[in-house]
Amino acid sequence: MSAVLDRGRTVGRALLVPALALLTALVVGGLVIAFSDPDTLNEWGEFFGDPVGALSSSWDIVSESYRALWESSLGSPSALGRTLVETTPLALAGLSVALAFRSGLFNIGAAGQLIVGATCAGWVGFTWDLPRAIHLPLALIAGALGGAAWGAIAGALKAWTGAHEVITTIMLNYVSYRLLDYALRSTAFQRPGRNDPISQPVAESARLPEVTIGELRFHAGLFLAVAAVLFVWWLLGRSTLGFRMKAVGANPFASRYAGMQVGATYVVSMALAGALAGLAGTSNILGRPSYSLTGGYYSEVGFDAIAVALLGRANPFGVLGAAFLFGVLRAGSTGMQAATSTPVDIIVVIQALIIVFVAAPHLVRAIYRVRARGGAEPAFTTNWGS
Amino acid sequence: MTTDPAASGPPPLASAGVDEAGGPSAARRLGFGIATVVLGLIALVAFGLGSESGVDATFVFVRGGEAIEIPDLTFPARTVALVLGVVIVALGAALAGGLLHRVYGVFGVGLGLFIVALLAWAARDDTINIIGLLDGSLRRAIPLALGALAGVLCERAGVINIAIEGMLLAAAFTGAITASAANTPWVGLLGGVAVGALLGAALAMLSIRYTVDQIIGGTVINIFAVGVTSYLTARVLVEYQDLNQPGSFRPVGIPLLEDIPVVGPLLFDNTIYVYVMFALVAGLTWALFRSRWGLRLRAVGEHPRAADTVGINVLRTRYRAVVLGGAVAGFAGTWFTLDAVSGFDENMTAGRGFIALAALIFGRWHPVGAFIAALVFGFAEELQGRLALLDTPLPSELLLMTPYVVTIIVVAGLVGRSRAPAADGEPYTTG
Repeated sequence: MSAVLDRGRTVGRALLVPALALLTALVVGGLVIAFSDPDTLNEWGEFFGDPVGALSSSWDIVSESYRALWESSLGSPSALGRTLVETTPLALAGLSVALAFRSGLFNIGAAGQLIVGATCAGWVGFTWDLPRAIHLPLALIAGALGGAAWGAIAGALKAWTGAHEVITTIMLNYVSYRLLDYALRSTAFQRPGRNDPISQPVAESARLPEVTIGELRFHAGLFLAVAAVLFVWWLLGRSTLGFRMKAVGANPFASRYAGMQVGATYVVSMALAGALAGLAGTSNILGRPSYSLTGGYYSEVGFDAIAVALLGRANPFGVLGAAFLFGVLRAGSTGMQAATSTPVDIIVVIQALIIVFVAAPHLVRAIYRVRARGGAEPAFTTNWGS
Repeated sequence: MTTDPAASGPPPLASAGVDEAGGPSAARRLGFGIATVVLGLIALVAFGLGSESGVDATFVFVRGGEAIEIPDLTFPARTVALVLGVVIVALGAALAGGLLHRVYGVFGVGLGLFIVALLAWAARDDTINIIGLLDGSLRRAIPLALGALAGVLCERAGVINIAIEGMLLAAAFTGAITASAANTPWVGLLGGVAVGALLGAALAMLSIRYTVDQIIGGTVINIFAVGVTSYLTARVLVEYQDLNQPGSFRPVGIPLLEDIPVVGPLLFDNTIYVYVMFALVAGLTWALFRSRWGLRLRAVGEHPRAADTVGINVLRTRYRAVVLGGAVAGFAGTWFTLDAVSGFDENMTAGRGFIALAALIFGRWHPVGAFIAALVFGFAEELQGRLALLDTPLPSELLLMTPYVVTIIVVAGLVGRSRAPAADGEPYTTG
């Protein structure tokens, strides 16, 4: 009984900082919303004439924005379905960044791996004509392999030349954006009869099946994401490879002294991380109703993934929870923009604030005067030189 | 240790590519030799055999208005590319075969000749203005060089600054808005510098006071800068477009010097950014390596505990260095909206802050090295822009990758040879 209580207390303590971080970020985000709304700013200009008016109009815009955010993400079964669809790629991409973190690597390249994965899966999906039982698995594998190859480049560069993965993955992101632009203008990809950069739709036989429970609708990619969470949990907690990855992440020098192949581990870690990100892109192109490839979306998810991994503290289950939260923000922000004309970009601000507070637990503790109890904060990355 | 992936033994971590004696290894010589041969073959086949015979290319060396004019250089494109290709192949073979030993010198010469062959091919039946090309390279090097200098300041003091990108973007945005509001670019300049310094202070707070992982702290600032500028652009600039018309700095010629052929229009007829860049490169080189301030700053970055022992205030030195670095990055950011183009666009810095970071590593954490590296990247970017205008069969999307691919190659090829300050990225805590 007390063991259960202890466990509950541990989980509670682990959730305290992220919860406070979320709260703080929402409060600061509210201030940003209030003070960037032109009408509200006019009211503040007459603050001394009508202080109540300024305050109430600020309160109105903030509460309306957040209410619209809530309603279009969790307010109804169909809204929940949209949130789950947003959660799927975020969870997979978040796992990608988290897995790399545990190996001592900072994978900023999830965006590029998503794009390459989605491009490969999409190409298989709309070029080939196969029965469903073969086509869907092949498209999924193609997406995972594409992402894995793109991720492995950064791992190999680090292993062989010492080039820091932060720079190489960012550069590979930019390269992938151009590749996508190029692909979407080529005859192999571009939808016939269209001038804008959009690909052909994926064939029926390669699409992820849709799940419908009453009003609640989402695609089977969610199950893929949950399976990936379990896989990463098993990999990191139960397998030899995972042990090696964590050892290299904790101390590459000691690991090499212990006879582990540090460079090979970097390559494998980045390939696995890339495969997860590739699947994130794949789940999107094979599952989301347009079933086609366009620019823009993937780079956003790639950067959200960093926030998801940090908020989830690089723990697979934590990542799933964080991905759901960010799915709520993503799904809700669209409704919020429609209802209150607060631009969707506000969620990027809120997300950045969440990471600041999560990454700086001392800062959150200082704000709320919570004392630190036991255990060091997890170290995520290593510096340039080493 | 070797860099050859096929070599047995554990892969190198920190000192990749340098053997015990400190010189380049045999494997590295062979690798660069083969790379040089490949470049030569590309020049020979693609630029030489691939172009039509009997077509001339012309290089132009004037911008107009100079007192003394240098005549244009016209030559048969195919012949020149073929000759250059053969020379490069010979150089590479000599390097790989052990006849030549200066690995980077030979590779550099080979690369230079390759670029000449490329230009000859691109300019066949056409002209290329070499002065314009070099001038454009210098201009594009400005944000990279200044950003790298910001990085030098922070990292020499032991704080990794990966937030240069965010600082550039935020300063570009602030510069545009404040210059538009005040109707003069000078105010925009001040606004940008202030925002850069502010973000520097934020990075310093996160990494020094709250000992947040510095790479994560920097990434947070980057994401935050993208979010806030995009949000405010959508929220404010779209509605109030006159807040996004900052006007821009005009080139100021230096009397007499600007009349020198080639050098004059290139160096002495520019906006203040070029002059400040040169002043900062020279000034920082002196200050870092010849002044007491610089000695202390470097001591804090190399061995903070020793510095602390002799009475240097480690944390305060780091705070000041990072805030100053932020101010320099802020200054660089205003270049985007007050010089390059007049007005702010979402994500207009497009990764330049990260390329500046690569220039910093390429330049071995030295102001002059960083500046030269920035020139190389600026040249790659400008060359890509020029090639896109000329009649080349390469699709523009692929040409646009050039700066990023060059950055990867440079970081991969040279990072092992340059050494970061010993305490770079490590928080300093007493007790």
